Amino acid sequence: MEAQATYNYKVVRQFSIMTVVWGIVGMLVGVIIAAQLVWPDLTYGIPFLSYGRLRPLHTNAVIFAFGGSALFATSYYVVQRTCHTRLFSDGLAAFTFWGWQVVILLAAITLPLGITTSKEYAELEWPIDILITLVWVTYAVVFFGTIMKRKTTHIYVANWFFGAFILTVALLHVVNSAELPVSLFKSYSAYAGVQDAMVQWWYGHNAVGFFLTAGFLGMMYYFVPKQAGRPVYSYRLSVVHFWALIFTYMWAGPHHLHYTALPDWTQSIGMLFSLILLAPSWGGMINGIMTLSGAWHKLRTDPILKFLVTSLSFYGMSTFEGPMMAIKSVNALSHYTDWTVGHVHSGALGWVAMVSIGCMYYLIPRLFGRDQMYSIKLITAHFWIATIGVVLYIAAMWIAGVAEGLMWRAVNPDGTLTYSFAEAVKMTYPFLTIRLTGGLMFLSGMLIMAYNVFKTVSGAKAVNDAAIPAVAGAHA
Amino acid sequence: MEILYLLIPLSVVLIFLIVGIFLWAVKSGQFEDMEGPAHRILMDDDRPQSPPDE
Repeated sequence: MEAQATYNYKVVRQFSIMTVVWGIVGMLVGVIIAAQLVWPDLTYGIPFLSYGRLRPLHTNAVIFAFGGSALFATSYYVVQRTCHTRLFSDGLAAFTFWGWQVVILLAAITLPLGITTSKEYAELEWPIDILITLVWVTYAVVFFGTIMKRKTTHIYVANWFFGAFILTVALLHVVNSAELPVSLFKSYSAYAGVQDAMVQWWYGHNAVGFFLTAGFLGMMYYFVPKQAGRPVYSYRLSVVHFWALIFTYMWAGPHHLHYTALPDWTQSIGMLFSLILLAPSWGGMINGIMTLSGAWHKLRTDPILKFLVTSLSFYGMSTFEGPMMAIKSVNALSHYTDWTVGHVHSGALGWVAMVSIGCMYYLIPRLFGRDQMYSIKLITAHFWIATIGVVLYIAAMWIAGVAEGLMWRAVNPDGTLTYSFAEAVKMTYPFLTIRLTGGLMFLSGMLIMAYNVFKTVSGAKAVNDAAIPAVAGAHA
Repeated sequence: MEILYLLIPLSVVLIFLIVGIFLWAVKSGQFEDMEGPAHRILMDDDRPQSPPDE
């Protein structure tokens, strides 16, 4: 029985392929709702295709289905390769894969039907919440079980980021989803009013911090050095980055509730912690980018590295923009405008999606026994179409958002509003069209990727799980 | 803002937990070598070992 002497690649393969699939589905739904903003009657008023139902489907699909699958795939790969051991349990790992797919499927059915808790980024009703909890606890058991049986003494920094992401998301999910079921498809939140809003954004922003940041930083700290063929710029800085992020993250959430019923001092704390976060974020960004120092020439020829480094640049940009927007006086202008939407997508498309795409291009050939992807040219094409798409998207949203903010606050000398709301809506029209174009480009890039992945994978017999190299005393 | 009676103690407990894990990491020597681990992941050759088509 050679089962113990190999890595478990099967579950990594499954999650990698589903990353591409869910990426396309989630972004397609995004493009549809972006088109609805340009052509409001696009879906003929069919209820389950209405904007209000598709929007949560889009966010759930891209964050939890696409991002989640990428996180599962990379964390399972990295933890095995850096701990020199097979996953703690193949059966439990398989359960996390199938369980997670069922969660996504249930989301895709219930959200268009209008079954929702209406809590942003936590819309799924209570039976699905329970399934998520089960899958997540299993994920934690598999991940930490693997760490426990590691053959190395040191735990590589990427695993710390993955570990923090897994534990924190468990805590966030349990606290935020506390709810009272009244029927199979309906529950009420355990909290009410501003209390609920506070829990919601404590969850919401920490989900950004741990699901969409810590987890993806784990990817960055493994795949950027591997693809560049160079050790991370400063390992010491990466460890400092980790602990600084962990100690300071938890209280940025209130910046989503500036100028609301939330007490002023709570808002100010949220703003303060958001500003503090700039330091660890930029430390990590610089650490990642500087890993290429002395190897910049590789950027010219290696599109996978282009993806990874560009994603870090977007990470730097959005972690600068975020704290700025958390400043109350800036927020007075930006809140409720399309600027926020642009900011989110600079992080989501520019950072999260691009780093995931880069990692998948690194992983997929290795998982299927190929030397490289079917076509490097197509990766380059994907890179450029995706980058131009993101830039169009966020530039359009910046202009629209700032203009909206200025028009909403403009007053005449006699104290009346200069513009009616509809005038501001009309102003955004061309920018919404540009945004749709940007989104379409990003989606086209994903379709190119799907073709490239299909050509790489088909014909190749999936390799048997790779053998675990002998430890060779390197890990004193 | 009764909710803060839940969220703030939760953060405090969490900080203690993080400090605990941090102290464990220091004591168990996780931070003794701040150079080697960065190089070690590069020594791990993860390219496919055998040609798949036979």
